[in-house]
Amino acid sequence: MSSVNPGALPQTESKAKPRNEWPLWEIFIRGQHGMSHRHVGSLHAPDAEMAIKNARDVYTRRNEGVSIWVVEARHIAATAPSQKGPIFEPSESKVYRHPTFFDIPDEVGHM
Amino acid sequence: MNALHEFLLRTGDNCLILGHRVSEWCGHAPVLEEDIALANTALDLLGQTKLWLTYAAEVEGKGRSADDLAFLRDAWDFRNVLLTEVPNGDFGRTMMRQYLFDQYHLLMLQGLAQSSDETVRGIAAKAVKEVAYHVDRSRDTVVGLGDGTDESHRRMQEALDYLWPYVGEMFASDTVDAEMAEGGISPDPASLRDAWDAAVADTMAEATLALPDSRFHHKGGRDGRMHTEHLGHMLTQMQWLQRAYPGATW
Repeated sequence: MSSVNPGALPQTESKAKPRNEWPLWEIFIRGQHGMSHRHVGSLHAPDAEMAIKNARDVYTRRNEGVSIWVVEARHIAATAPSQKGPIFEPSESKVYRHPTFFDIPDEVGHM
Repeated sequence: MNALHEFLLRTGDNCLILGHRVSEWCGHAPVLEEDIALANTALDLLGQTKLWLTYAAEVEGKGRSADDLAFLRDAWDFRNVLLTEVPNGDFGRTMMRQYLFDQYHLLMLQGLAQSSDETVRGIAAKAVKEVAYHVDRSRDTVVGLGDGTDESHRRMQEALDYLWPYVGEMFASDTVDAEMAEGGISPDPASLRDAWDAAVADTMAEATLALPDSRFHHKGGRDGRMHTEHLGHMLTQMQWLQRAYPGATW
C-alpha cells in the first residue's frame, strides 16, 4: 500500500546544511471529558519538551485539556490523496457493515 | 508606614511592572509560539497584580482601588525591584530576566503559601502554580539558548552580565521585611538567597554560562528611593489612557 509523507523533513544530522526552522509538531489533546486524544493543530518547537510547553500555551489557554501528546510531523505516515478511490470507495457500497439491520427488543432500551 | 501595605505594594508592583514589560512583546516575539507563551506569562502576572493590589488598597483603607494604585501612582510610589523595570532588550535578555525573577518568585510564593495571613496565603496558593510553570519555561529557554549556537550563547552571557547587578536587590531585606517575617506573613527575602543561588548555579552550569562573581547590586526600587530612568518612560505608556481620559472605563 502506498503512503506519503508530504511534510517529511530531512534529519538535521544527515544533511550537510542544517535547517534554520524548528521542526513541525502535530498536537493531540485529550479534553476534560474526552476518552481519546484529538488532533488540534500543529506548531514549531526545537524539541519534544518545548513542543509540549508550546502546545500548553497555544492550545490549552481556555482550559481545553487534561493531557497533551506531541509527535514530530515527519514521523506521521499518511494515505496518498491520489489513492483516495481504491482506499475509501470500496466501503461506500457495503451498507451491511453498519449494524442497522437488527431489530432491537424494546426491553433493551436506549442503545 | 503600614508594613503590610508596603509589603503588598512591593509584591504587587513586581508583578505589574514585569507583567507590563513582558506584554510589550505581544505581536513582536521571534515566533508565534513564544509570542503566545509570553502573553500568557504577562496575563498571569497581571492577574496576580490585581489580587495583590486589591488587598493592598484594602489594607490601606483610603478608598482606593487596585486600578487606582496601578494607573494613578507616579514612578516614586512604585515598589517593584529594579530588575523588573529594565527594558526588554533582545529576546535572550527578556528570558534571562524572566528566569532570574521567576526563580526568586517561586521561592517567595512557596513561603507565602504558608503565610499567617489568610488572604496572602490564598493569593500565593493560586499564583505558585502559575509561577512554577513560568520558571519551568524560562529555565528551559535559558538553557536552550545558553547552550545553543555561538550567537545565542554570546547573547545570553551578555544578558546575564547585564542583569546580574539587579539580582541582589531582590534579597536586600529591610525593616518592612523584618516586620513581615516576625509576624509570619512573609519569609525574609534574604533567607531565600542560598536556595536561589543553588538553583541558578545549577541552571547556568547546564546553560554553559559563567556566573559573574560580583555581589554589587543596584538598589532603590523596592523602597522607592530611586527607580531607573526606564520606569517613568514605561509608565507613560502603561498609564496613558487613564491620564488622558481620567476615569475612562470599557
